Amino acid sequence: MIISKQKPFEEILNFLKGKDKIFITGCSLCATSCMTGGQQQIDEMKNKLEEHGKTVTGTTVLDPSCHRLQVRATLKKQKVELASADAVLCMACGDGAQTVAAFAKIPVYPANDTLFIGEVERIGHFHEACKACGQCELGWTAGICPITKCAKSLLNGPCGGATNGKCEVDPDNDCAWVLIYNRLKEQDMLDTLLEIKGPKDYSKAAHPRKYVVGR
Amino acid sequence: MNLKEKLARGDFVITAEMAPPKGIDFGHIRECARAVKGRVDGVNVTDFQSAVVRASSLGGAKMLLDEGLEPIMQITGRDRNRIAIQGELLSAAALGIKNVLALTGDHPSIGDHPDARGVFDMDSVNILQAATKLMEGQDLNGNELSGTPEYFLGASVTPLYDPLELQIIKMKKKIQAGAKFFQTQAVYDIDVIRSFMDEIKDLNTKVLVGVIPLKSAGMAKYMNNNVPGIQVPDEIIERMRKAEDKTKEGLNIAAEFIEQIKEEKICDGVHIMAIGAEENVPTLLDMCGF
Ligand code: SF4
Ligand code: SF4
Repeated sequence: MIISKQKPFEEILNFLKGKDKIFITGCSLCATSCMTGGQQQIDEMKNKLEEHGKTVTGTTVLDPSCHRLQVRATLKKQKVELASADAVLCMACGDGAQTVAAFAKIPVYPANDTLFIGEVERIGHFHEACKACGQCELGWTAGICPITKCAKSLLNGPCGGATNGKCEVDPDNDCAWVLIYNRLKEQDMLDTLLEIKGPKDYSKAAHPRKYVVGR
Repeated sequence: MNLKEKLARGDFVITAEMAPPKGIDFGHIRECARAVKGRVDGVNVTDFQSAVVRASSLGGAKMLLDEGLEPIMQITGRDRNRIAIQGELLSAAALGIKNVLALTGDHPSIGDHPDARGVFDMDSVNILQAATKLMEGQDLNGNELSGTPEYFLGASVTPLYDPLELQIIKMKKKIQAGAKFFQTQAVYDIDVIRSFMDEIKDLNTKVLVGVIPLKSAGMAKYMNNNVPGIQVPDEIIERMRKAEDKTKEGLNIAAEFIEQIKEEKICDGVHIMAIGAEENVPTLLDMCGF
C-alpha cells in the first residue's frame, strides 16, 4: 500500500492562508489504513481547522481517491459544498491529491506527505517494501527486495559493510543481502546467487510511466 | 616489470594507497609518491573515499603516472552511472592507466555531502563487466570503440564477514566478471586471513592483504566499533596502549604482520593503507626490509 504521513499542521495552515472555506477529502483505502485520511482523521482535521477560524463546507471519504471515475462521481454529488469552498484539503496520497485536483476547479492542497510503497507491520508501523522498479526481482531473491531493502540497491550480493547482519548505512536496518542469503540457504537455493546480474534496466522505471492492459 | 607481471611471476607484491587532495594542491600526495617511488609495486588512488568531495581518482592516478609510479585507479558505483563509468575507464586507458580497482562505494550518507543522491547504477561486479567489455573493443551495449583499452582489474573483499560464504559468492562473481587480484579490508589477526585464504584456495586468484598501521589504542578501538570488517585483537590494543612511541609501535605491529604473511606465504602481497599518515610508509618499508 501507499504509506503516507500527515504534514505538520503549521504547513497545512500555511497553504490555507487566505482561504477560509475548506472542503476536505479523504480516502477509503491506503490513507485510511495509515490513519491519515479516514473519517476519523477528517473529523479531527475539521475540528482543528474550525478552531483556527476556518469553515469546513463539507467532507467526503473518496472510495478511493486515486480512481478518476469514483472521484468525479463523488465530487459531483457534493458539488454544492465543493462550489462554496475556496480550497480543498486532500487527505490522501500524492496520487489521490492529483486526481482530486483534476476535477475540483479550485486549489487542492495535500494534507499528507507520501512516503513509500510499503507494508503495515502492525498499527502505525510501516516499512518500505517496493520501489516499483518495473521488473520484479523477487523471484530469485527469496521474496526479499534488494532494490528497496539494500540501501545501495545492489543486485550481485552485499557490499562489505554489514556488521552482525545490520546495514552499514543504518544499523537499525537488517542488511537485505544477509536476509536473502539466510532464506535462500534455508530453501537450499544458494546457487541462484552465483549468477551475475548485469546492470539493471532502469528504462523500465523512467517516469512518468503509463500502462494500458493489452487485449 | 609491472604489477600484473610481478603477480603473475609470483613475486610478493606491495601496494600502497593515497587519496587525492581536497582542493587543487597536489603537493602532499606528490611528495608521498616520491617517497615510495621504486619501493612499491602499485599505488591505489582512492575515488572520493568515504563519500567526501576531493579531486578525482583519475586526476590523482595521472599525477602518479607522471611521477613514475604505477597507479591503481579506484572507481566506485556511487557517483557515476554506467555512461560516466565507461567514459572514465576510457579516459584512464587513453592516459596510460591500466590498473583499475572496482568498488561499490560507501553510501553518500557517511560523507561530507550526505544530502547527495547515491547513484549505484552499477555495482562492483557490473563495473568489472563493463571494463571487460571495453577490453573487447565494445561498450556495454555492444557499440564499437575506436581502439581497444587494456586493463588489469582488481576488486576488494572483506575476510572478516559473517556469513563469509556470502562474501565468497560475490568474490566468485567478481572473478567471473574479470577481477584478477583482490585487496582486502585491513586485517590484524593472522588467523583471520589464514583461514580466509584457506576458504578461497580453489579460486586461484591473487590476494593482497590490507594493512593499516595503528596510530593509537584509541584508533584501534574506534575502528573496532565503527569500521565494518575490521577487528583489532585485544592484545594488539594492549601493546598500543603500553607503547611510549605509539606511531613506532603501530609500524612495528604492521611490520611483524607483513613479515609473517611473507614468510609463511599466506598471501600474494600486502596493501598498505596509511590513511592520512602516508609519510610513515617509507619507514614501514624500511622496517620490512623492502
Ligand atoms: S524488485 Fe523490488 S522494487 Fe522491483 S518490483 Fe520487485 S519488489 Fe518492487
Ligand atoms: S550493508 Fe547490506 S543492505 Fe546495507 S548497503 Fe551493504 S549490502 Fe546493502
